[in-house]
Amino acid sequence: MNLTTSIIGIVAYLILAPIAGGLLAGIDRKISARMQGRCGPPILQPFYDFFKLLEKEPITVNKVQDFYVNCFLIFIIITGCIFFAGGDLLLFIFTLTLASIFLVVAAFSSNSPYAQVGAERELLQMMAYEPMILLTAIGFYMVNFSFKVSDTVTSDVMGIIYLPGIFIGFVFILTIKLRKSPFDLSMSHHAHQELVKGLTTEFSGRTLAVIELAHWYENIFLLGIVYLFIAHSAVWSPIAAVIVCLAVYFLEILIDNNYARMKWQFAINSSWVVALTVGFVNMLVLYFI
Amino acid sequence: MSYVTKSPWIIHYDGSSCNGCDIEVLACLTPMYDVERFGIINTGNPKHADIFLVTGSVNEQSIKVVKQIYDQMPEPKVVVAVGICASSGGIFKECYNVLGGIDMVVPVDVYVPGCAARPEAIIDGVVKGLGVLAEKRAAMDKKPAAAAKAEAKEGA
Repeated sequence: MNLTTSIIGIVAYLILAPIAGGLLAGIDRKISARMQGRCGPPILQPFYDFFKLLEKEPITVNKVQDFYVNCFLIFIIITGCIFFAGGDLLLFIFTLTLASIFLVVAAFSSNSPYAQVGAERELLQMMAYEPMILLTAIGFYMVNFSFKVSDTVTSDVMGIIYLPGIFIGFVFILTIKLRKSPFDLSMSHHAHQELVKGLTTEFSGRTLAVIELAHWYENIFLLGIVYLFIAHSAVWSPIAAVIVCLAVYFLEILIDNNYARMKWQFAINSSWVVALTVGFVNMLVLYFI
Repeated sequence: MSYVTKSPWIIHYDGSSCNGCDIEVLACLTPMYDVERFGIINTGNPKHADIFLVTGSVNEQSIKVVKQIYDQMPEPKVVVAVGICASSGGIFKECYNVLGGIDMVVPVDVYVPGCAARPEAIIDGVVKGLGVLAEKRAAMDKKPAAAAKAEAKEGA
Protein backbone atom coordinates (compact mmCIF):
# COMPACT_ATOMS: atom_id res chain seq x y z
CA MET A 1 0.00 0.00 0.00
CA ASN A 2 1.49 3.34 -0.97
CA LEU A 3 1.26 6.69 0.76
CA THR A 4 -1.87 7.88 -1.07
CA THR A 5 -3.97 4.86 -0.16
CA SER A 6 -2.69 5.10 3.42
CA ILE A 7 -3.85 8.71 3.66
CA ILE A 8 -7.21 7.85 2.09
CA GLY A 9 -7.54 5.02 4.64
CA ILE A 10 -6.77 7.34 7.56
CA VAL A 11 -9.13 10.13 6.42
CA ALA A 12 -11.93 7.66 5.70
CA TYR A 13 -11.41 6.11 9.14
CA LEU A 14 -11.43 9.47 10.93
CA ILE A 15 -14.68 10.58 9.26
CA LEU A 16 -16.62 7.36 8.73
CA ALA A 17 -15.70 5.33 11.83
CA PRO A 18 -17.75 7.38 14.34
CA ILE A 19 -20.75 7.34 11.98
CA ALA A 20 -20.47 3.60 11.37
CA GLY A 21 -19.69 2.91 15.04
CA GLY A 22 -22.68 4.94 16.23
CA LEU A 23 -25.02 3.27 13.74
CA LEU A 24 -23.69 -0.13 14.79
CA ALA A 25 -24.40 0.73 18.43
CA GLY A 26 -27.92 1.85 17.46
CA ILE A 27 -28.60 -1.33 15.52
CA ASP A 28 -27.13 -3.28 18.44
CA ARG A 29 -29.61 -1.69 20.86
CA LYS A 30 -32.51 -2.24 18.45
CA ILE A 31 -31.67 -5.92 17.90
CA SER A 32 -31.11 -6.43 21.64
CA ALA A 33 -34.52 -4.90 22.33
CA ARG A 34 -36.19 -7.14 19.75
CA MET A 35 -34.49 -10.18 21.28
CA GLN A 36 -36.02 -9.18 24.62
CA GLY A 37 -39.46 -8.70 23.04
CA ARG A 38 -39.31 -4.92 23.23
CA CYS A 39 -39.71 -2.24 20.58
CA GLY A 40 -36.39 -0.57 21.30
CA PRO A 41 -35.02 2.93 20.77
CA PRO A 42 -34.56 4.60 17.36
CA ILE A 43 -31.47 3.52 15.39
CA LEU A 44 -30.02 7.02 15.85
CA GLN A 45 -30.37 6.85 19.65
CA PRO A 46 -26.58 6.59 20.35
CA PHE A 47 -26.10 9.89 18.48
CA TYR A 48 -28.88 11.54 20.51
CA ASP A 49 -27.17 10.28 23.68
CA PHE A 50 -23.80 11.55 22.47
CA PHE A 51 -25.05 15.06 21.64
CA LYS A 52 -27.04 15.22 24.87
CA LEU A 53 -23.92 14.42 26.87
CA LEU A 54 -22.15 17.29 25.09
CA GLU A 55 -24.97 19.62 26.15
CA LYS A 56 -24.78 18.68 29.82
CA GLU A 57 -23.06 20.71 32.49
CA PRO A 58 -19.37 19.69 32.67
CA ILE A 59 -18.57 18.18 36.06
CA THR A 60 -15.18 16.61 36.67
CA VAL A 61 -13.81 15.12 39.85
CA ASN A 62 -10.35 16.51 39.16
CA LYS A 63 -8.55 18.27 36.33
CA VAL A 64 -6.25 15.41 35.39
CA GLN A 65 -9.17 13.06 34.67
CA ASP A 66 -10.15 14.87 31.45
CA PHE A 67 -6.55 14.77 30.27
CA TYR A 68 -6.39 10.98 30.64
CA VAL A 69 -9.76 10.48 28.96
CA ASN A 70 -8.74 12.69 26.03
CA CYS A 71 -5.49 10.72 25.74
CA PHE A 72 -7.62 7.56 25.64
CA LEU A 73 -9.56 8.93 22.67
CA ILE A 74 -6.42 10.17 20.89
CA PHE A 75 -4.58 6.87 21.24
CA ILE A 76 -7.64 4.88 20.18
CA ILE A 77 -7.79 7.06 17.04
CA ILE A 78 -4.03 6.58 16.46
CA THR A 79 -4.49 2.82 16.85
CA GLY A 80 -7.23 2.86 14.25
CA CYS A 81 -5.17 5.07 11.93
CA ILE A 82 -2.24 2.62 12.11
CA PHE A 83 -4.62 -0.17 11.19
CA PHE A 84 -6.43 1.57 8.33
CA ALA A 85 -3.20 3.02 6.91
CA GLY A 86 -2.14 -0.61 6.40
CA GLY A 87 0.44 -0.37 9.19
CA ASP A 88 2.11 -2.82 11.51
CA LEU A 89 -0.13 -5.12 13.57
CA LEU A 90 2.34 -5.24 16.46
CA LEU A 91 2.48 -1.44 16.70
CA PHE A 92 -1.32 -1.51 16.52
CA ILE A 93 -1.48 -3.81 19.56
CA PHE A 94 0.94 -1.70 21.58
CA THR A 95 -0.91 1.58 20.98
CA LEU A 96 -4.20 -0.19 21.76
CA THR A 97 -2.79 -1.32 25.10
CA LEU A 98 -1.54 2.19 25.86
CA ALA A 99 -4.99 3.63 25.06
CA SER A 100 -6.70 1.13 27.38
CA ILE A 101 -4.22 1.96 30.14
CA PHE A 102 -5.14 5.65 29.86
CA LEU A 103 -8.79 4.76 30.49
CA VAL A 104 -7.81 2.68 33.53
CA VAL A 105 -5.65 5.51 34.91
CA ALA A 106 -8.50 7.98 34.35
CA ALA A 107 -10.83 5.75 36.38
CA PHE A 108 -8.21 5.31 39.13
CA SER A 109 -7.63 9.07 39.33
CA SER A 110 -11.18 9.72 40.51
CA ASN A 111 -10.68 7.83 43.82
CA SER A 112 -14.27 6.65 43.73
CA PRO A 113 -14.60 3.08 45.06
CA TYR A 114 -16.88 2.06 42.18
CA ALA A 115 -14.53 3.47 39.55
CA GLN A 116 -11.56 1.84 41.32
CA VAL A 117 -13.16 -1.61 41.28
CA GLY A 118 -14.12 -0.98 37.65
CA ALA A 119 -10.52 -0.03 36.81
CA GLU A 120 -9.15 -3.12 38.55
CA ARG A 121 -11.56 -5.29 36.61
CA GLU A 122 -10.54 -3.55 33.39
CA LEU A 123 -6.91 -4.48 34.13
CA LEU A 124 -7.99 -8.10 34.69
CA GLN A 125 -9.86 -8.02 31.39
CA MET A 126 -6.75 -6.71 29.66
CA MET A 127 -4.79 -9.61 31.15
CA ALA A 128 -7.45 -11.91 29.77
CA TYR A 129 -7.49 -10.67 26.16
CA GLU A 130 -3.90 -9.51 25.53
CA PRO A 131 -2.36 -12.99 24.90
CA MET A 132 -4.99 -13.82 22.29
CA ILE A 133 -4.55 -10.48 20.48
CA LEU A 134 -0.79 -11.09 20.32
CA LEU A 135 -1.38 -14.63 19.02
CA THR A 136 -3.62 -13.14 16.33
CA ALA A 137 -0.83 -10.87 15.10
CA ILE A 138 1.68 -13.74 15.17
CA GLY A 139 -0.80 -15.94 13.31
CA PHE A 140 -1.07 -13.39 10.49
CA TYR A 141 2.72 -13.23 10.40
CA MET A 142 3.01 -17.01 10.04
CA VAL A 143 0.63 -16.97 7.08
CA ASN A 144 1.90 -13.91 5.21
CA PHE A 145 5.44 -13.52 6.65
CA SER A 146 4.61 -9.89 7.39
CA PHE A 147 2.97 -8.00 10.26
CA LYS A 148 1.67 -5.38 7.82
CA VAL A 149 -2.10 -5.04 7.43
CA SER A 150 -1.55 -3.98 3.81
CA ASP A 151 0.28 -7.24 3.04
CA THR A 152 -2.52 -9.28 4.60
CA VAL A 153 -5.29 -7.72 2.49
CA THR A 154 -3.27 -8.14 -0.73
CA SER A 155 -2.17 -11.68 0.11
CA ASP A 156 -3.16 -14.57 -2.18
CA VAL A 157 -4.42 -16.77 0.65
CA MET A 158 -7.46 -16.26 2.83
CA GLY A 159 -6.29 -15.96 6.44
CA ILE A 160 -9.13 -17.98 7.99
CA ILE A 161 -8.18 -21.11 6.00
CA TYR A 162 -4.89 -21.29 7.89
CA LEU A 163 -6.07 -19.61 11.08
CA PRO A 164 -9.44 -21.12 12.04
CA GLY A 165 -8.36 -21.66 15.66
CA ILE A 166 -7.02 -18.14 16.01
CA PHE A 167 -10.25 -16.80 14.49
CA ILE A 168 -12.32 -18.63 17.11
CA GLY A 169 -10.01 -17.39 19.86
CA PHE A 170 -10.22 -13.82 18.60
CA VAL A 171 -14.02 -13.88 18.41
CA PHE A 172 -13.99 -15.22 21.99
CA ILE A 173 -12.00 -12.27 23.34
CA LEU A 174 -13.96 -9.87 21.12
CA THR A 175 -16.76 -10.35 23.65
CA ILE A 176 -14.48 -8.77 26.26
CA LYS A 177 -13.36 -5.95 23.99
CA LEU A 178 -16.88 -5.06 22.87
CA ARG A 179 -17.95 -5.01 26.55
CA LYS A 180 -20.59 -7.67 26.11
CA SER A 181 -21.97 -10.15 28.64
CA PRO A 182 -20.70 -12.53 30.05
CA PHE A 183 -17.44 -10.49 30.15
CA ASP A 184 -18.72 -6.94 30.75
CA LEU A 185 -17.15 -6.88 34.20
CA SER A 186 -15.68 -3.40 34.28
CA MET A 187 -18.41 -1.48 32.51
CA SER A 188 -21.58 -2.55 30.81
CA HIS A 189 -24.09 -1.02 28.48
CA HIS A 190 -26.88 -2.72 30.38
CA ALA A 191 -27.40 -3.79 33.99
CA HIS A 192 -26.29 -0.48 35.37
CA GLN A 193 -26.90 -1.33 38.99
CA GLU A 194 -23.93 -3.50 39.90
CA LEU A 195 -20.89 -1.31 40.68
CA VAL A 196 -23.13 1.61 39.59
CA LYS A 197 -21.40 2.04 36.23
CA GLY A 198 -17.96 0.62 36.98
CA LEU A 199 -15.19 2.32 35.11
CA THR A 200 -17.30 5.29 34.00
CA THR A 201 -19.09 5.98 37.29
CA GLU A 202 -17.31 9.29 37.86
CA PHE A 203 -17.43 10.51 34.27
CA SER A 204 -20.30 12.67 33.16
CA GLY A 205 -21.26 15.03 30.36
CA ARG A 206 -18.55 15.77 27.83
CA THR A 207 -16.07 13.28 29.37
CA LEU A 208 -18.55 10.43 29.04
CA ALA A 209 -19.26 11.52 25.45
CA VAL A 210 -15.54 11.25 24.67
CA ILE A 211 -15.46 7.70 26.06
CA GLU A 212 -18.50 6.80 23.98
CA LEU A 213 -16.87 8.23 20.84
CA ALA A 214 -13.66 6.32 21.55
CA HIS A 215 -15.72 3.15 21.97
CA TRP A 216 -17.23 3.64 18.49
CA TYR A 217 -13.79 4.18 16.97
CA GLU A 218 -12.54 1.08 18.82
CA ASN A 219 -15.40 -1.18 17.68
CA ILE A 220 -14.69 -0.36 14.05
CA PHE A 221 -11.04 -1.40 14.09
CA LEU A 222 -11.84 -4.48 16.19
CA LEU A 223 -14.24 -5.56 13.45
CA GLY A 224 -11.43 -4.58 11.07
CA ILE A 225 -9.35 -7.43 12.49
CA VAL A 226 -12.23 -9.83 11.83
CA TYR A 227 -12.20 -8.39 8.28
CA LEU A 228 -8.51 -9.30 7.94
CA PHE A 229 -9.28 -12.99 8.44
CA ILE A 230 -11.35 -13.07 5.23
CA ALA A 231 -9.93 -10.28 3.06
CA HIS A 232 -7.31 -11.24 0.47
CA SER A 233 -6.50 -10.42 -3.14
CA ALA A 234 -9.75 -11.87 -4.62
CA VAL A 235 -12.29 -9.30 -5.85
CA TRP A 236 -15.22 -10.76 -3.90
CA SER A 237 -13.34 -11.02 -0.61
CA PRO A 238 -14.09 -7.50 0.79
CA ILE A 239 -17.85 -8.13 0.47
CA ALA A 240 -17.52 -11.54 2.10
CA ALA A 241 -15.36 -10.01 4.83
CA VAL A 242 -17.92 -7.30 5.64
CA ILE A 243 -20.67 -9.95 5.78
CA VAL A 244 -18.56 -12.02 8.18
CA CYS A 245 -17.92 -8.91 10.33
CA LEU A 246 -21.66 -8.24 10.59
CA ALA A 247 -22.34 -11.93 11.33
CA VAL A 248 -19.72 -11.89 14.12
CA TYR A 249 -21.24 -8.73 15.58
CA PHE A 250 -24.69 -10.33 15.49
CA LEU A 251 -23.27 -13.38 17.26
CA GLU A 252 -21.85 -11.08 19.96
CA ILE A 253 -25.27 -9.46 20.44
CA LEU A 254 -26.82 -12.91 20.73
CA ILE A 255 -24.24 -13.96 23.33
CA ASP A 256 -24.75 -10.65 25.15
CA ASN A 257 -28.47 -11.27 25.48
CA ASN A 258 -28.20 -14.92 26.45
CA TYR A 259 -25.61 -14.95 29.20
CA ALA A 260 -25.42 -13.38 32.62
CA ARG A 261 -22.23 -11.70 33.77
CA MET A 262 -19.51 -14.15 34.86
CA LYS A 263 -16.92 -13.68 37.59
CA TRP A 264 -13.47 -12.35 36.65
CA GLN A 265 -11.86 -15.73 37.40
CA PHE A 266 -13.93 -17.29 34.64
CA ALA A 267 -13.08 -14.45 32.25
CA ILE A 268 -9.32 -14.92 32.71
CA ASN A 269 -9.32 -18.73 32.90
CA SER A 270 -11.57 -19.28 29.93
CA SER A 271 -9.87 -16.75 27.65
CA TRP A 272 -6.40 -18.11 28.48
CA VAL A 273 -7.58 -21.68 28.00
CA VAL A 274 -9.08 -20.75 24.63
CA ALA A 275 -5.92 -18.84 23.64
CA LEU A 276 -3.73 -21.79 24.66
CA THR A 277 -5.81 -24.52 23.05
CA VAL A 278 -7.27 -23.25 19.78
CA GLY A 279 -4.82 -20.37 19.31
CA PHE A 280 -1.57 -22.08 20.23
CA VAL A 281 -2.45 -25.41 18.62
CA ASN A 282 -3.33 -23.54 15.43
CA MET A 283 0.13 -21.96 15.48
CA LEU A 284 1.85 -25.32 16.11
CA VAL A 285 0.05 -26.82 13.12
CA LEU A 286 1.08 -23.83 10.98
CA TYR A 287 4.67 -24.29 12.16
CA PHE A 288 4.84 -27.91 11.05
CA ILE A 289 3.05 -27.71 7.67
CA MET B 1 -33.66 21.56 19.01
CA SER B 2 -32.23 20.22 22.23
CA TYR B 3 -31.04 16.62 22.38
CA VAL B 4 -31.80 16.53 26.10
CA THR B 5 -35.41 15.62 25.37
CA LYS B 6 -34.38 12.74 23.11
CA SER B 7 -32.23 10.84 25.57
CA PRO B 8 -33.42 11.32 29.15
CA TRP B 9 -31.52 9.03 31.49
CA ILE B 10 -33.23 8.30 34.77
CA ILE B 11 -32.12 7.65 38.29
CA HIS B 12 -34.72 6.15 40.55
CA TYR B 13 -34.63 6.49 44.33
CA ASP B 14 -36.98 5.15 46.96
CA GLY B 15 -37.41 7.79 49.69
CA SER B 16 -39.52 5.70 52.06
CA SER B 17 -41.97 4.12 49.70
CA CYS B 18 -44.00 0.97 50.34
CA ASN B 19 -42.44 -0.39 47.07
CA GLY B 20 -45.75 -0.15 45.26
CA CYS B 21 -44.58 2.76 43.10
CA ASP B 22 -41.10 1.24 42.71
CA ILE B 23 -42.59 -1.85 41.14
CA GLU B 24 -44.62 0.35 38.79
CA VAL B 25 -41.45 2.30 37.86
CA LEU B 26 -39.71 -0.97 37.00
CA ALA B 27 -42.81 -2.10 35.11
CA CYS B 28 -42.15 0.83 32.73
CA LEU B 29 -38.94 -0.93 31.62
CA THR B 30 -40.66 -4.20 30.76
CA PRO B 31 -41.57 -5.18 27.17
CA MET B 32 -45.17 -4.16 27.90
CA TYR B 33 -44.35 -0.43 28.27
CA ASP B 34 -40.68 -0.31 27.10
CA VAL B 35 -39.63 3.26 27.90
CA GLU B 36 -36.38 2.73 25.97
CA ARG B 37 -38.55 3.62 22.94
CA PHE B 38 -38.06 7.24 24.04
CA GLY B 39 -34.34 6.74 24.71
CA ILE B 40 -35.02 6.48 28.45
CA ILE B 41 -32.40 4.45 30.33
CA ASN B 42 -32.47 3.56 34.02
CA THR B 43 -28.89 4.50 34.94
CA GLY B 44 -28.55 4.10 38.69
CA ASN B 45 -25.77 6.70 38.56
CA PRO B 46 -26.66 10.30 39.47
CA LYS B 47 -23.76 11.65 37.42
CA HIS B 48 -25.22 10.18 34.24
CA ALA B 49 -28.85 11.01 34.99
CA ASP B 50 -31.10 13.77 33.67
CA ILE B 51 -34.31 12.88 35.47
CA PHE B 52 -34.59 12.07 39.16
CA LEU B 53 -37.57 9.78 39.86
CA VAL B 54 -38.40 9.71 43.56
CA THR B 55 -40.98 7.41 45.06
CA GLY B 56 -42.25 7.62 48.60
CA SER B 57 -42.19 10.45 51.12
CA VAL B 58 -38.99 11.84 52.53
CA ASN B 59 -38.05 10.93 56.11
CA GLU B 60 -35.27 11.93 58.49
CA GLN B 61 -33.05 9.11 57.20
CA SER B 62 -33.44 9.79 53.49
CA ILE B 63 -33.08 13.61 53.43
CA LYS B 64 -29.32 13.46 53.01
CA VAL B 65 -29.48 10.82 50.27
CA VAL B 66 -32.12 12.69 48.26
CA LYS B 67 -30.13 15.93 48.56
CA GLN B 68 -26.87 14.24 47.63
CA ILE B 69 -28.28 12.51 44.57
CA TYR B 70 -29.83 15.80 43.45
CA ASP B 71 -26.57 17.70 43.94
CA GLN B 72 -24.53 15.11 42.05
CA MET B 73 -26.70 15.34 38.94
CA PRO B 74 -25.31 17.67 36.28
CA GLU B 75 -27.55 20.44 34.91
CA PRO B 76 -30.06 20.43 33.27
CA LYS B 77 -31.98 18.13 35.61
CA VAL B 78 -35.61 17.48 36.46
CA VAL B 79 -37.18 15.94 39.54
CA VAL B 80 -40.32 13.84 39.12
CA ALA B 81 -42.21 12.89 42.28
CA VAL B 82 -43.91 9.54 41.60
CA GLY B 83 -47.00 8.65 43.64
CA ILE B 84 -49.01 10.52 46.22
CA CYS B 85 -46.42 9.93 49.02
CA ALA B 86 -43.68 11.58 47.01
CA SER B 87 -46.04 14.41 46.08
CA SER B 88 -47.39 15.30 49.51
CA GLY B 89 -46.49 12.63 52.04
CA GLY B 90 -49.70 10.67 51.41
CA ILE B 91 -50.95 8.49 54.23
CA PHE B 92 -47.58 8.79 55.96
CA LYS B 93 -47.82 12.58 56.22
CA GLU B 94 -48.67 12.58 59.94
CA CYS B 95 -45.89 10.15 60.90
CA TYR B 96 -43.36 11.51 63.42
CA ASN B 97 -40.38 10.75 61.15
CA VAL B 98 -41.88 11.91 57.85
CA LEU B 99 -41.29 15.43 56.57
CA GLY B 100 -43.81 15.20 53.75
CA GLY B 101 -43.39 15.26 49.98
CA ILE B 102 -40.05 15.37 48.15
CA ASP B 103 -40.55 19.10 47.57
CA MET B 104 -39.66 19.65 51.23
CA VAL B 105 -36.04 18.80 50.31
CA VAL B 106 -35.44 19.39 46.60
CA PRO B 107 -37.42 21.41 44.04
CA VAL B 108 -39.90 19.14 42.24
CA ASP B 109 -40.86 19.84 38.62
CA VAL B 110 -43.52 17.21 37.94
CA TYR B 111 -45.96 15.54 40.34
CA VAL B 112 -47.37 12.16 39.33
CA PRO B 113 -50.42 11.28 41.45
CA GLY B 114 -51.64 7.77 42.23
CA CYS B 115 -51.35 5.06 44.83
CA ALA B 116 -49.60 3.34 43.32
CA ALA B 117 -48.98 5.51 40.25
CA ARG B 118 -49.77 3.54 37.10
CA PRO B 119 -46.94 2.95 34.57
CA GLU B 120 -48.87 5.02 32.02
CA ALA B 121 -49.03 7.90 34.50
CA ILE B 122 -45.28 7.60 35.25
CA ILE B 123 -44.38 7.66 31.55
CA ASP B 124 -46.73 10.63 31.14
CA GLY B 125 -44.97 12.41 34.01
CA VAL B 126 -41.52 11.76 32.57
CA VAL B 127 -42.60 12.98 29.12
CA LYS B 128 -43.99 16.11 30.80
CA GLY B 129 -40.64 16.44 32.56
CA LEU B 130 -38.95 16.50 29.14
CA GLY B 131 -40.60 19.85 28.43
CA VAL B 132 -39.19 21.25 31.68
CA LEU B 133 -35.80 19.75 30.78
CA ALA B 134 -35.80 21.57 27.42
CA GLU B 135 -36.71 24.86 29.14
CA LYS B 136 -33.88 24.42 31.67
CA ARG B 137 -31.47 23.63 28.84
CA ALA B 138 -32.48 26.84 27.04
CA ALA B 139 -32.03 28.78 30.29
CA MET B 140 -28.50 27.33 30.62
CA ASP B 141 -27.48 29.00 27.36
CA LYS B 142 -28.51 32.39 28.74
CA LYS B 143 -26.99 31.74 32.15
CA PRO B 144 -23.25 31.72 31.23
CA ALA B 145 -23.59 35.28 29.94
CA ALA B 146 -25.33 36.36 33.14
CA ALA B 147 -22.77 34.51 35.28
CA ALA B 148 -19.89 36.19 33.43
CA LYS B 149 -21.48 39.58 34.12
CA ALA B 150 -21.87 38.76 37.80
CA GLU B 151 -18.21 37.66 38.00
CA ALA B 152 -17.09 40.90 36.34
CA LYS B 153 -19.09 42.82 38.98
CA GLU B 154 -17.53 40.82 41.81
CA GLY B 155 -14.08 41.49 40.39
CA ALA B 156 -14.78 45.21 40.26
